[in-house]
Amino acid sequence: MNQVSIHPKAPVRIDIIFVGVLSFLVALWALFATSRADDFGMVVHGWILLLAGVIGAFTLVFNSAGNGLSYDAKTYSDAIIRYGVIASTIWGIVGMLVGVVIALQLAFPELLYFKDFGFLNFGRLRPVHTSAVIFAFGGNVLIATSFYVVQRTCRARLFGGILPWFVFWGYQLFIVLAAIGYVLGVTSGQEYAEPTWHVDLWLTIVWVAYLLVFLGTLWKRKEPHIYVANWFYLACIVTIAMLHLVNNAAVPTSLFASSAYPLFGGVQNALTQWWYGHNAVGFFLTAGFLAIMYYFIPKQVNRPVYSYQLSIVHFWALIFIYIWAGPHHLHYTALPQWAQTLGMVFSIMLWMPSWGGMINGLMTLSGAWDKLRTDPVLRMFVASLAFYGMSTFEGPVMSVRAVNSLSHYTDWTIGHVHSGALGWVGLVSFGALYALTPWLWKRKRLYSLKLVEMHFWLSTIGILFYISSMWVSGIQQGLMWRDYNEYGFLTYSFVETVKAMHLPYVVRAIGGLLYLIGTCIMAFNLWMTIKGAVAKKEPLILSPSNPNLVPAE
Amino acid sequence: MIFKRHQLIERNSLFMLLGILVVVSIGGIVQIAPLFRVEQTIEKVDGVRPYTPLELAGRGIYIREGCYTCHSQMIRPLRDEIERYGHYSLAAESMYDHPFQWGSKRTGPDLARVGGKYSDAWHVQHLINPRSVVPESIMPPYAFLEGRPIGIKDKIDKHIIANVRVGVPYTQAEIDNAKVDLIAQADPTADSEGLQQRYGGKVNVRDFDGDPTQVTEMDALVAYLQVLGTMVDFNTYEPEKAQNLR
Repeated sequence: MNQVSIHPKAPVRIDIIFVGVLSFLVALWALFATSRADDFGMVVHGWILLLAGVIGAFTLVFNSAGNGLSYDAKTYSDAIIRYGVIASTIWGIVGMLVGVVIALQLAFPELLYFKDFGFLNFGRLRPVHTSAVIFAFGGNVLIATSFYVVQRTCRARLFGGILPWFVFWGYQLFIVLAAIGYVLGVTSGQEYAEPTWHVDLWLTIVWVAYLLVFLGTLWKRKEPHIYVANWFYLACIVTIAMLHLVNNAAVPTSLFASSAYPLFGGVQNALTQWWYGHNAVGFFLTAGFLAIMYYFIPKQVNRPVYSYQLSIVHFWALIFIYIWAGPHHLHYTALPQWAQTLGMVFSIMLWMPSWGGMINGLMTLSGAWDKLRTDPVLRMFVASLAFYGMSTFEGPVMSVRAVNSLSHYTDWTIGHVHSGALGWVGLVSFGALYALTPWLWKRKRLYSLKLVEMHFWLSTIGILFYISSMWVSGIQQGLMWRDYNEYGFLTYSFVETVKAMHLPYVVRAIGGLLYLIGTCIMAFNLWMTIKGAVAKKEPLILSPSNPNLVPAE
Repeated sequence: MIFKRHQLIERNSLFMLLGILVVVSIGGIVQIAPLFRVEQTIEKVDGVRPYTPLELAGRGIYIREGCYTCHSQMIRPLRDEIERYGHYSLAAESMYDHPFQWGSKRTGPDLARVGGKYSDAWHVQHLINPRSVVPESIMPPYAFLEGRPIGIKDKIDKHIIANVRVGVPYTQAEIDNAKVDLIAQADPTADSEGLQQRYGGKVNVRDFDGDPTQVTEMDALVAYLQVLGTMVDFNTYEPEKAQNLR
């Protein structure tokens, strides 16, 4: 029986019951929150959750009646990945736009702060930017690509009936709650972990469902081996769950208050926070995106992964070492020195497995380097690996205590983060989106490869503007802070160093703007591809044909 | 060949899952667990006390506005930082901070010891319009704090109870008098004897925002800023003593 449906004789659909009960419980809790909340932020969250719960329940009832929840178990579920591609693109533009706005705020404070609109101040928008690009853009790319890759490499449909849909929409709800919360001042005050306790709780449910879908699909696989990309996805999902649960443990002030006090305080809080923060980079933005590399680069060049043994070694080494590196964010602080030293030593060791991954990705092109000339999507992937290699070398350098004494607290850190985020995560995601769109919508090719090329150059130049301006401003500011005059006094007051940052801040904003324009061009290109259009007067260089026909690795 | 053995793991998703869990747990356990042996992590110093209700409310505003995205509260033991900001920060000084606010970026200066450096009036003016006192500043204006009543005033006891639950040693009397203490600290006409009994004679009691008729968010934030880094008496603290080195 291929058709699974809610027919009287059909098996009980646990997935539907789960989503139904959950929607009901969320709506019930939200109903109380709208009326009894301790603060305005919670009232707003209550209304959003109420709406979400009602929509969830309605969708279930409506679709059950029309038999819309049944599916053909022999096909791949690709509709959800199409949604994921669109969501990633939209969130990418939103997150980068907020980034450009806050970059301009630092360059032109008189123009972009409004006395009566405190919620548009830098402090409230900055978490919107970081969460939107990391969790909304990056997270959607991760979920979408992982759903695609795990199905193809296991030759099995996604596990869990409607559970993948719950993961997708539940994750979007998490993003909306978090972002609106920040603007309203609802924040936990821990960098990159700003969502408050109830939003964290919601993400936990969604994330566990994600893990279930992923593992369940692995269990159903028709291939004896688990493909290497899936190791990385699994490590990402499991480790992020662990980090999220430990770092966000908190005691709320009441059941209907957005405010909560974290379980750990002071120095313990500092270490768990950077254990979380650094490994959000390590597992969310690195392991997850290495998984993308391990599927999409071999696919794009039509070659096997360079070295199977290297993938084993660098996988285990990477996940083992990464988790130790957090304390390099706390050099010279009140954290005991042994912990700082451990963090530094492991950060330097991390260089090797990082480059192991880069080499494995780059060398996969051996024998096919000529494709770089004809395939701008492949160029995106290769440039992303180059930036990955660069920032995973810069990272260990900055983790050395002596270097860190200069770089810490300055824009050098911001530049480093963006060479990884814009260069590695951004470009590899763009590559994956360019590859996925023709596959998913069954188009022969992208609308325009020239536009991909334009996107490539805009983003690369944008990144260069960004990181070089941040090197200048960071190193300059670090040197000015510690500069002494001939009489043995500090040469510069703090605000003089702020003034010196103006030009780099303008250049940085221009770099970000170029990058954003590139992303908008991609959105247009993907949209035209979805519509089935093909730009005239362009040579027909095809991306790999429909991968449905290709056996899984 | 060891790589042959790896097939065991890559052919079984549960082995893979367990393998990952074990491998990613080790580093965290080794680094984090020892920190909870508090006597080896946090110095014993006199003077560090939990925040008063008004300071706690101000701290909430500091977090709400994302001040930590541009200001650190962690002075490193480097010559220029000590000369610029004061004695390097001790772990003990943030032991009641849930969450910690050490920060990671100094777009603005460090605030770990900003308490007592500027007058209340300076802070109020600077928060209303930073560029009116520091022309080159790029800080956003916080004029909306002026005249705005403290949102959590009536629920401040719940906030203190939540702090107790995560280990901050507030007393029952401090919980019971939370709202009274919150108002008393910013109202020069109120009776602040109880407040000082509970939190010590060093507590700043005055009208912080220049508007004695009400207790505002501006009062709370300035009260918080003015206590930062002032709890420990560095004339008596001996940083070089063996028990203070770690």
